[in-house]
Amino acid sequence: MIRIHNLHKAFGHNRVLRGMSLDIPTARSTVIIGGSGTGKSVALKCILGLVLPDQGHIYCQDQDINTIKREAYLARFGMLFQGGALFDSLPVWRNVAFRLLNGSKKCSVEEAREIAVEKLRRVGLTPQVADLLPAELSGGMQKRVGLARTIATTPEIIFFDEPTAGLDPIMSGVINRLIREIVQEIGATAVTITHDINSVRTIADNVAMLHDGVIQWNGSVDQLDHSGNPYVEQFITGSETGPIAATR
Amino acid sequence: MRLQAVLGAIGRQVLELLAVLGRFVLFATDTVSHMVRPPFFFREFGVALFQIGWLSLPVVGLTAIFTGGVLALQIYAGGARLNAEAVVPQIVAIGIVRELGPVFVGLMIAARVTSSIAAELATMKVTEQIDALTTLSTHPIKYLTVPRVAAGLITVPILVGVGDVIGILGGYLVSTQTLGFSQIGYLNNTYDFLELRDVLSSLVKGCAFGGIATLIGCYFGQNSGRGAQGVGRATKGAVAAAAVLILAINFALTSIFFAL
Ligand SMILES: Nc1ncnc2c1ncn2[C@@H]1O[C@H](COP(=O)(O)OP(=O)(O)O)[C@@H](O)[C@H]1O
Ligand SMILES: [Mg+2]
Repeated sequence: MIRIHNLHKAFGHNRVLRGMSLDIPTARSTVIIGGSGTGKSVALKCILGLVLPDQGHIYCQDQDINTIKREAYLARFGMLFQGGALFDSLPVWRNVAFRLLNGSKKCSVEEAREIAVEKLRRVGLTPQVADLLPAELSGGMQKRVGLARTIATTPEIIFFDEPTAGLDPIMSGVINRLIREIVQEIGATAVTITHDINSVRTIADNVAMLHDGVIQWNGSVDQLDHSGNPYVEQFITGSETGPIAATR
Repeated sequence: MRLQAVLGAIGRQVLELLAVLGRFVLFATDTVSHMVRPPFFFREFGVALFQIGWLSLPVVGLTAIFTGGVLALQIYAGGARLNAEAVVPQIVAIGIVRELGPVFVGLMIAARVTSSIAAELATMKVTEQIDALTTLSTHPIKYLTVPRVAAGLITVPILVGVGDVIGILGGYLVSTQTLGFSQIGYLNNTYDFLELRDVLSSLVKGCAFGGIATLIGCYFGQNSGRGAQGVGRATKGAVAAAAVLILAINFALTSIFFAL
């Protein structure tokens, strides 16, 4: 389990996280929802140590993450970034096999390529794309490549930052189902950030709603439609009236 | 009241500058410590050698040949006032090898290499590629900075050597084609006059400039602000900082060589 306790983070005067607490259960799929700019990505980056919190603690299996060796800690994670974050100077297969080629437990180039092609196939891409550069791919294909890179070393914990942002509804459905299947196959702990309510329904076991820097509601996906929480209700109905100001 | 505000503003700028300087020194020591510890990314290093060294040759050659040529013309004109036109080969050689070769190559590297490194790394930062590197258990300094700085340290002295030769060639061409110097005589004068220490100081400067130009590009790139504006600022800042530092370091190194 990952436990986030009283997390605070400000950028200058912009107080983004203001005491966020959340338990992320092991081998379950947790989805964090919330409007854009509410600090969902910042929260994930705090867990990965990419952003240093101003205050608060994060525990991974009851160990404060600051006391865990970084290398070993990060090796347990996979992250799909919002924009894909593919290395645009490297061909697709080297992106997918990046950890296999450069990480601590290196494998040979042939082996790495083989695994990359297999992972590409798993996300629905043909071996022909292996030698293309990321810039030559469509948005949906880039997302798939990012997904393949994320699962290349079968991580225990996977973060997906807005996996369907910028995709058409059909492609979004495909990516959502892929995520659902792959997470179940691996038996991973998954955390997905989204503001796409269809993603929530496909992917989530648990849902947490972040607003004003704190978790406003947290429950199972079945409870989502009768949460009784005004933030959640406004979010899933997309109404302009409610506690969330539409002028943010 | 006014004075206080002005002094306060100046003070803040100075503190800001000192803070940047401190962070840069930390970044540099970090880079050195990663440079001597495995793993090494030889593929990245190879790409950097090619892009910093090989692809800079045309611009270095062109800069050097024109500089050598114009130096010969000016020294001839100036020397004529003292009846000392004959010193053209010697002054061209020493001027190019000791100062103009390394400085112009350094500035060209700042324009060509520092800017492209800063823009590339800043774009990587803005598009979360540097975060992605970290999550894939690869240290950005090890993977991005070390190969580029190592390539700068190795290739820029070589570029300076090439620039020196081509600069002297520029002076030679102008002198023999338009100023009436004999071909053999010009080359002999150059060769007899130059000392090993001149050449060594040239190469040492090249090494220092190559290191600083690449390091600054990486530093500004990896610390870029957000968005397209962040990339623009990082690139602009990197080129300006590299150019100024190259000239400052050049002065310091020349002073040291004079003292030796
Ligand atoms: N590195 C940073 N520097 C300054 N501000 C940042 C940085 N990262 C995020 N922010 C700000 O923090 C807020 C939350 O950002 P983010 O977590 O990306 O939102 P989202 O919930 O859409 O993922 C935004 O206002 C953003 O401008
Ligand atoms: Mg985000």
